[in-house]
Amino acid sequence: MKSDSEAVLPHDSMSALIECQDLWKVYRAGDIDVQALCAVTLTIQRGEMIAIMGASGSGKSTLMNILGCLDAPTKGRYRLNGVEVSALGQDALADIRNRQIGFVFQNFNLIPRTNALENVQLPLFYRGLSLKEQRGRAADALARVGLAERVGHHPAQLSGGQQQRVAIARALVAAPAILLADEPTGNLDTDSSRDIMGILQTLNQQDGITIILVTHETDIARYASRQLLMKDGQIVRDERRATRPVNEPVVP
Amino acid sequence: MSAFLWLTILTAFRILGRNRLRAGLTMLGIIIGVGSVIAMVSIGEGAKAAVRAQVASMGSNVIIVLPGATTVGGVRGGQGGAVTLTVADALDLKKKIPLLVETGYGKRDVMQVVNANKNWNAPVNGISASYLTIRDWSYSSGGPITQTDMETAARVALLGQTVVENLYDPGEEPVGSTIRIKNVPFRVIGVLAPKGQSAQGSDQDDILFIPFTTAERKVLGTQFLGSVGALFASTDRSEDLPEAVESVREVLRTRHRLQSEQADDFTIRTQVDIGRVQEDASQTLTAMMFAIASISLVVGGIGIMNILLVSVTERTREIGVRMAVGATRRHILMQFLIEAMTLSLVGGVLGIVLGVLGARTTTIFAGWPTIISPQAILVAFVFSVVIGLFFGLYPANKAAHLNPIEALRYE
Ligand SMILES: Nc1ncnc2c1ncn2[C@@H]1O[C@H](COP(=O)(O)OP(=O)(O)OP(=O)(O)O)[C@@H](O)[C@H]1O
Ligand SMILES: [Mg+2]
Repeated sequence: MKSDSEAVLPHDSMSALIECQDLWKVYRAGDIDVQALCAVTLTIQRGEMIAIMGASGSGKSTLMNILGCLDAPTKGRYRLNGVEVSALGQDALADIRNRQIGFVFQNFNLIPRTNALENVQLPLFYRGLSLKEQRGRAADALARVGLAERVGHHPAQLSGGQQQRVAIARALVAAPAILLADEPTGNLDTDSSRDIMGILQTLNQQDGITIILVTHETDIARYASRQLLMKDGQIVRDERRATRPVNEPVVP
Repeated sequence: MSAFLWLTILTAFRILGRNRLRAGLTMLGIIIGVGSVIAMVSIGEGAKAAVRAQVASMGSNVIIVLPGATTVGGVRGGQGGAVTLTVADALDLKKKIPLLVETGYGKRDVMQVVNANKNWNAPVNGISASYLTIRDWSYSSGGPITQTDMETAARVALLGQTVVENLYDPGEEPVGSTIRIKNVPFRVIGVLAPKGQSAQGSDQDDILFIPFTTAERKVLGTQFLGSVGALFASTDRSEDLPEAVESVREVLRTRHRLQSEQADDFTIRTQVDIGRVQEDASQTLTAMMFAIASISLVVGGIGIMNILLVSVTERTREIGVRMAVGATRRHILMQFLIEAMTLSLVGGVLGIVLGVLGARTTTIFAGWPTIISPQAILVAFVFSVVIGLFFGLYPANKAAHLNPIEALRYE
């Protein structure tokens, strides 16, 4: 296992955190090509909180997966932290996902029959940290999302909102540069959604973690300082706006 | 790395414990395979050791010559039919073949032996004094038949343990007492140390020795004076045995005036031959059992592969999550390999326990000697690791090469 310092990618503070140029993603389904992304060009600075909106099938998840180094574009350039990602091999991509990126999914994706603490430990486990350090940092992360009391609970013993908070703790335990959340509140009620968005906003404002989230709800999108609208694989609108303050109710 | 390994092993055990029935059924093939290997090797080793002890107890440098020709298949025909061996043969062999340190002779018949109000039918052996040296008998009390006993045709007897058990009350001292064979009184001068079962399964302690001369004249009778039931000879070293056997054959053929086209009218045997046949037989048995065990190990391995493939499918989403948080392909590969090996190792250990118990049970109930060989246990252990590795590789590789996005989306 590599040590923490070794794996830090070249950090050029002048360049943007994310630079996408002319990204294409084409899926072949039978005889027809589905263009999930068409010539997407996008620059994201450190510390931004971005909401991506758009109709179903507009390519939001596809873009998120490429940004998260889970998928490779069919064509185009993607620089993360000044490093050309498309040139990297499987293990290097796994390392980027481990250290620089945190994922939060719509369906939480916790490992079943495994308690909250162990779920949160997972990124550190793959980083090869000692068990003691894994546990300590995982407990801290759970405390940050208000689940200090729930470390021993299994996903099945937690509410949806709590499960999503465990997922956020798992994403932030690795101290990533970017947190990618694909419809993080899609399966939650209004109260839980507000909790989750509050946590994400705090992580963005206090820890400076760059957050990119996909949502269908304008209320949720209002937490972000920048909103992208996607249509047919293209970004058709990109605007910055004032954010909703933390703790303001989502529903008036 | 160590934290990774440790936690992965722990997780593997947890998953195993969660599906105990499934894990148990999966391991069954390995358990049975390893169990039968251990049990069979133990039984085989036990049998081999018994044969070896037998050969040693007979003396690995002993030549036995029996009257009658060898027929096809090694079966000796017409024992006692043709009386072809004599005391003179024995003496002549000793004189003509320097390799032989000792020659002896004997004849036997089953007769009723009586002590007070007890009787027992025992093989009564009239033997030369040298026979006891050749066969390397030792005594639990008393002493041997001497040359003087031979010359004077003394009425003395040596008893085997089984004979003692059947003629005497427990605690009664046979040496010095008088028994009757065919109404002739004999003084017991010694009791033989027990030798146990022979390689062929007969009781070697059911035996009684008297001087050959006494037997010939007073008990067993004879067709003509000096005819013997068997000749015995021994060499100093067992390496000399083949050469000695050839010399014995030549001398006897000359003495019996056999023409070159005539077959031997006697059969020469060595304990080594007998032992070899027995060992070959038990080796064949062991080989067969190994084949059966290998098949069940392979079946067990396939069981592991099957259940692992199911597990990979069931946990596809989990694999996607692990990849998303930074697991490399190697991590995933290792995880499933370790799970496979945990299954096969636990199965292997249970199999070893089962095999040892099986061997013990065989000894207790069937009375077969068994030897639990540490090598067999080691081999079984290594085998189960290898089986786990080999049959875990395909499912583990399949898991490691899942596409993370498809895995995450898997329902
Ligand atoms: N593996 C795939 N094979 C073929 N086509 C795919 C695949 N994944 C996505 N697509 C197609 O790419 C397009 C974009 O999909 P994507 O999942 O990015 O949409 P989305 O904006 O996230 O939609 P939603 O809001 O419903 O989640 C869709 O037309 C979809 O059918
Ligand atoms: Mg989507």
